[in-house]
Amino acid sequence: VEQSPPQSPGPGKAGDAPNRRSGHVRGARVLSPPGRRARLSSPGPSSSSEAREELRRRLRGLIERSRVMIFSKSYCPHSTRVKELFSSLGVECNVLELDQVDDGAKVQEVLSEITNQKTVPNVFVNKVHVGGCDQTFQAYQSGLLQKLLQEDSAYDYDLIIVGGGSGGLSCAKEAAILGKKVMVLDFVVPSPQGTSWGLGGTCVNVGCIPKKLMHQAALLGQALCDSRKFGWEYNQQVKHNWETMTKAIQNHISSLNWGYRLSLREKAVAYVNSYGEFVEHHKIKATNKKGQETYYTAAQFVIATGERPRYLGIQGDKEYCITSDDLFSLPYCPGKTLVVGASYVALECAGFLAGFGLDVTVMVRSILLRGFDQEMAEKVGSYMEQHGVKFLRKFIPVMIQQLEKGSPGKLKVLAKSTEGTETIEGVYNTVLLAIGRDSCTRKMGLEKIGVKINEKSGKIPVNDVEQTSVPYVYAVGDVSEGKPELTPVAIQSGKLLARRLFGASLEKCDYINVPTTVFTPLEYGCCGLAEEKAIEVYKKENLEIYHTLFWPLEWTVAGRENNTCYAKIICNKLDHDRVIGFHILGPNAGEVTQGFAAAMKCGLTKQLLDDTIGIHPTCGEVFTTLEITKSSGLDITQKGCG
Amino acid sequence: MAAMAVALRGLGGRFRWRTQAVAGGVRGAARGAAAAQLGRKVAVVDYVEPSPQGTRWGLGGTCVNVGCIPKKLMHQAALLGGLIQDAPHYGWEVAQPVPHDWRKMAEAVQNHVKSLNWGHRVQLQDRKVKYFNIKASFVDEHTVCGVAKGGKEILLSADHIIIATGGRPRYPTHIEGALEYGITSDDIFWLKESPGKTLVVGASYVALECAGFLTGIGLDTTVMIRSIPLRGFDQQMSSMVIEHMASHGTQFLRGCAPSRVRRLPDGHLQVTWEDCTTGKEDTGTFDTVLWAIGRVPDTRSLNLEKAGVDTSPDTQKILVDSREGTSVPHIYAIGDVVEGRPELTPTAIMAGRLLVQRLFGGSSDLMDYDNVPTTVFTPLEYGCVGLSEEEAVARHGQEHVEVYHAHYKPLEFTVAGRDASQCYVKMVCLREPPQLVLGLHFLGPNAGEVTQGFALGIKCGASYAQVMRTVGIHPTCSEEVVKLRISKRSGLDPTVTGC
Repeated sequence: VEQSPPQSPGPGKAGDAPNRRSGHVRGARVLSPPGRRARLSSPGPSSSSEAREELRRRLRGLIERSRVMIFSKSYCPHSTRVKELFSSLGVECNVLELDQVDDGAKVQEVLSEITNQKTVPNVFVNKVHVGGCDQTFQAYQSGLLQKLLQEDSAYDYDLIIVGGGSGGLSCAKEAAILGKKVMVLDFVVPSPQGTSWGLGGTCVNVGCIPKKLMHQAALLGQALCDSRKFGWEYNQQVKHNWETMTKAIQNHISSLNWGYRLSLREKAVAYVNSYGEFVEHHKIKATNKKGQETYYTAAQFVIATGERPRYLGIQGDKEYCITSDDLFSLPYCPGKTLVVGASYVALECAGFLAGFGLDVTVMVRSILLRGFDQEMAEKVGSYMEQHGVKFLRKFIPVMIQQLEKGSPGKLKVLAKSTEGTETIEGVYNTVLLAIGRDSCTRKMGLEKIGVKINEKSGKIPVNDVEQTSVPYVYAVGDVSEGKPELTPVAIQSGKLLARRLFGASLEKCDYINVPTTVFTPLEYGCCGLAEEKAIEVYKKENLEIYHTLFWPLEWTVAGRENNTCYAKIICNKLDHDRVIGFHILGPNAGEVTQGFAAAMKCGLTKQLLDDTIGIHPTCGEVFTTLEITKSSGLDITQKGCG
Repeated sequence: MAAMAVALRGLGGRFRWRTQAVAGGVRGAARGAAAAQLGRKVAVVDYVEPSPQGTRWGLGGTCVNVGCIPKKLMHQAALLGGLIQDAPHYGWEVAQPVPHDWRKMAEAVQNHVKSLNWGHRVQLQDRKVKYFNIKASFVDEHTVCGVAKGGKEILLSADHIIIATGGRPRYPTHIEGALEYGITSDDIFWLKESPGKTLVVGASYVALECAGFLTGIGLDTTVMIRSIPLRGFDQQMSSMVIEHMASHGTQFLRGCAPSRVRRLPDGHLQVTWEDCTTGKEDTGTFDTVLWAIGRVPDTRSLNLEKAGVDTSPDTQKILVDSREGTSVPHIYAIGDVVEGRPELTPTAIMAGRLLVQRLFGGSSDLMDYDNVPTTVFTPLEYGCVGLSEEEAVARHGQEHVEVYHAHYKPLEFTVAGRDASQCYVKMVCLREPPQLVLGLHFLGPNAGEVTQGFALGIKCGASYAQVMRTVGIHPTCSEEVVKLRISKRSGLDPTVTGC
């Protein structure tokens, strides 16, 4: 094997031709402010993008038609090794020498988009992307390569998805629409309290859906109070009935579970209510409730097993505490509740429980809503505090004891200070743990096929096309490392993954400027950067922050407090006052934030906000009249009205 | 009402102003405040001519007193009525039905409006804007004159005058009894007693909004529409607004025009109308008849001809150029009194602010009247920005327009067992990539809140692809906008199923 010529950037995997375009786009995604990417990627001359599409189709054709397809460079020693390997196995290969065709550089670019591998050789066996030289040899040594060569699409399925939540289902449906044979394995391991549920994953069963509905129930309690001021007359003390609400919500969830099963059936996706565990390459064992085992094979796999609530690891936690997995279907009112944690799950649950009139305490180890803008987080907390939620700051539970059994029973919680030796004791009917979530990756045989996980978090590292360390295995949703843990993100990435795998698409999931809303009693919507993060990235002197308090019109007559709702935008002075952070604390924050998130995708600036006419009278219009900067130190309290 | 910005020295009831203006309401106040901030001497002249029913109100114009503010609050009262009905589904043990007390609501709303009136006065004072509660008219092109409460005549002169007198509801004076027995939106929010069984005549957004909240608080309400509802709005959306109202208790008399109103001996009003297609007459008895057939500009009493300000012979509205200048160089007009402008509060406020910045702040920014978002606060709210489907097709041709749409069900509706047949969103785009968004139309809860941000996007020149790349916020109604996948052209079922 000869040394590669000097003009070649070298033989290493670091890449024989650094892919400029791709590198540039990636750089821009990291370095440029939000909104910018959309501009960069806005369509160039359509002729060139059409040519690119055409090239991509050609490459796909080559890959689909060849038993073995090698994209190579004639002078590359690694390419040569791979060719020799196949030749020694007596397998005929299709080879495209990129240095000997006119559009070799373009081919390499497109290949890198398809496979996220920038270097040659780039090897495909029976349509499966094996990888470069090292991966091919690894596959050879592990026997995978031989299997790939033998099993000329002899797999049971084109795609098996492990996990029937938002990400998995969207990927399954999209792949099925694209004509692939797809299976979904979904199995809910019951919570320590024995709670289990149907198809649809966290969002539908124990997340967004029941959470928002209980939040709505709590808002209705507030609406009832307001309504007296608006002329509605009823005198009796209105009581809240937990069982009625929970039954109604569970009925709705059952209908959604059913809807998912139906829609999988309509799209001819096989649904198996079994626990999936990899046993060897391309092969998974499915174990059902009765312990019966069935084996399935597939060309590609998607892991979308999500996360489950974390336990404290202290005496009595698994025996007596509940988590969000249990709360939404709890058959009895939780009564006096201690919520442990300060995640959005913790605050949302504490918020609606207090809204039903329950005695609620939140025990917080350090800060509220880690990762969110801390000024907003504190405002969320102080609104809750003003509305009856108690906060125990800087304490962690050390022991949970049962005093009485019952529905609910009585629990004694012993907690200690995080700063000193002080300990406190409290008695609650229910202790709800909401201290974080862990991914469910350690008991599914990933080590047997070599899928790497982050040993600490259990999450699966993926590249920007959701591919794991094993080329034919992908991961989407909360289980993938470093991605926002949000339903719409999982749905989007699952769908786009299916389109890239089986369709004519190159579109990657865009994880920048993902908006979200925390459904605390006063809702908090945001998109882009937190103030702290913006300062860290852009430096304080380069930012201008506009903010104001506001009083929703509906709150005035209702006699609710002024100077509580708050709006803030963070602008980058170095980039035409581009809006890089958007934050609103107020009613319907989710509804307000969505459109602004779309505008941020299009490069929203302060000037555009100023030029846009408000919709009167709404809360959203406050962003079109922001005048006071934080740096000015001017008073933002509203005196009187309007 | 009228507000004027002027300044200089006063000489025994006579003032000279460096800036001259005649205007009123929100826009007047905004303009006045802004001018004063720029160091000018400013006066606002405001006077509310009582309605034919004798209703009068304070400083702040239509929006604050007889428009957006009381309207949205009464809309909120009606929405709360709906939420009270939802509450038992969510576990709240409220005995139904819950009665509504008009007087209590009206008093609360009116108190809030009065506090706003006061706030506006304080704001003018803080910014050293002189406020005259007089009815002013032009004497010449630099001078206006009015009579104060004590009968003292006041002459005000100014360098610049801004007219912002807005509009008032139109009465169908050709209809017998219309003026004597009918009320308008100038009166409804100030009624001390419940209007009872009400006939709303008209198909404007004012008509539908009023009928909507009256129905919502439990009153027997009928809307009489001669031709099409919500003229100028997207007609598919408009008909769905009506459909929703009809399915929630509002009665509609379509294709009918009233011919006379008489008071019966028992005090009820007997309305006679004609079916425009059959020519047949019919009658009905109501407690209240509300005219909401349009608005006329408040220009007749201004003696505009003395200043030489031109108005449209058809509409009596004032003609202006893109800088809001009238036919007289130093006289300007903004807000609803101007020909061809959207009759919306925030538009008027911004036009006023920009005008003053051009006059005194060295700015040259013109008001952009395109893509003005708005929301109709009918029981199911309708928010829109940009072009209607009809308008897009008229401008670009059917073959160049792609409409994406969806029927969706708000999550909150599910447990409450509400009907979501009319919850609908559509986005009107150019068909050619990158499929520029021309208009967005959203029918559903909190449409105003949903629409605002997308209006920004459309102003930024958003394409369909960019909107689709935006990740949704789950679970909200607004996420349906970023999930629009079905085009009308495809003929596929646009009903959103699942999550």
